[in-house]
Amino acid sequence: MDRIACAIANRLVGNPPTAACVEITAGGAVFEAVEPCVVAVTGADLVATLNGQPLPMWMSVYVAAGRRIAFEGRRNGARAYLALAGGVDVPVVLGSRSTYLPGGFGGLDGRALQMDDLLRPVPGRSPRDLVRLAGCAWPAPVDYAPLIRVLSCQHLLDPPPADVADLAAHPWRVGAASNRIGLRLEGPPVRLSQPRDLVSFGVFPGVIQLPPDGLPILLMADAQPTGGYPVVAVVIQADLHRAAQALPGDELRFVWTTIAEATQAWRELQRLLALPVEEDDGTALAAAIRG
Amino acid sequence: MTGWRILPMGEAAVLVESALDDAEAANAQALALAGALQSEFEALPAIRSVLVRFDPLRWMVDEVAAYIRQQVERLSPAAQAGGRTVIFPVRYGGEHGPDLDDAAQALGLSAELLVAQHTAHAWRVLMIGFAPGFPYIGPLPASLTLPRRSTPRPTVPAGSVAIAAGFTGIYPARLPGGWHLIGRTELTLFDPMREPPTLLQPGDRVRFVAL
Repeated sequence: MDRIACAIANRLVGNPPTAACVEITAGGAVFEAVEPCVVAVTGADLVATLNGQPLPMWMSVYVAAGRRIAFEGRRNGARAYLALAGGVDVPVVLGSRSTYLPGGFGGLDGRALQMDDLLRPVPGRSPRDLVRLAGCAWPAPVDYAPLIRVLSCQHLLDPPPADVADLAAHPWRVGAASNRIGLRLEGPPVRLSQPRDLVSFGVFPGVIQLPPDGLPILLMADAQPTGGYPVVAVVIQADLHRAAQALPGDELRFVWTTIAEATQAWRELQRLLALPVEEDDGTALAAAIRG
Repeated sequence: MTGWRILPMGEAAVLVESALDDAEAANAQALALAGALQSEFEALPAIRSVLVRFDPLRWMVDEVAAYIRQQVERLSPAAQAGGRTVIFPVRYGGEHGPDLDDAAQALGLSAELLVAQHTAHAWRVLMIGFAPGFPYIGPLPASLTLPRRSTPRPTVPAGSVAIAAGFTGIYPARLPGGWHLIGRTELTLFDPMREPPTLLQPGDRVRFVAL
């Protein structure tokens, strides 16, 4: 869901961007190191601990065998990313290691992780590699303001409905039926002046659909490839990770923007992702080993 | 080939829509255009449109639109490859197609006549969408066109053959669904480990045979 946090977690442990990470939603998971490993936790602050002590986020950390990483609660955000140096060893299906829950394939047997699952890193890292990888810190914070820039898509509708401006007029509450396919948004319905019946066309994460009940659906990572509901706006690529950090009950606010601003925001985000990680000066590693 | 609408969808995608009235011709155009764009972009063909996604740091929307117009000029109707024809044995009605009688009644047909019409043609696969491997097949004539069920089912069995909104489709897996279930087939439509993973490709023909 949060591609940015996932990419940074992989960077911190020296993985390629296509390596599999673990996505933890809203906390409540515990992992025990069977062998020494290096991990990094990014994304939401789900009160990560290493053997009961606070685990520094946005940093690669050496974890000795037998130690436990727990996600004990939720301070902010929705989804944390746990990267394992080497990447979690799961097969590539349809060009990806990610799990597609609705289809039951990809990742680990196409399902969410369960108690007693064993996650192995892709082989090839020596213990010396591991020590070198630990203690790298991410140099720049990621902006998770719940303010999401959108581009108008009303020209897909003919005639364009006047009332779509309401999308940015007030905050939207993320509904209980939200999942990785889409966020169901709740608030005053946006009514189209006439009902639409469109021939299905391609859609993608970031697209905001408006079904007949007037409550928008923001399509997310597991979105279907096609849809027939009117599309009223599209979230800019540079802000999609902000929406990924919302849970049911949270509020999101939309603000209209321009293609030029959207492109500039994406350029800045790519620049941020390309920053070199800060090498360890010894203190972070020492702290992690003590923990 | 003329008559396309190019509509930006955000800063990193455009939707290219065929203006042709004839559904099969528009679909053939969309498929041909998607094929022509695939070398440069991610191009997803749908029933009468192509979704083109691009890197906004490499392409501006106007440049993408210009590139698409150039490719449109070069498309020749002859370039549209004829797809395969896939035969689907179907058990119609009863537990396999619980909506057959109601659908027939709503269409003013007998169940036998509905099945006869459904098996009478080699329909075109217009798009793979909704769920992995789900084919939109058609276009169905007005005599087989029904709106979706007012209340979707929370689960539809895999292999269910259904009609709605001028299309016939086959549920590749156990899924929620709002189409009218008229029969069931045992062929596997989607297998992520198979290459290609979907049994049907857009442009293929489907002929249903009653068991």
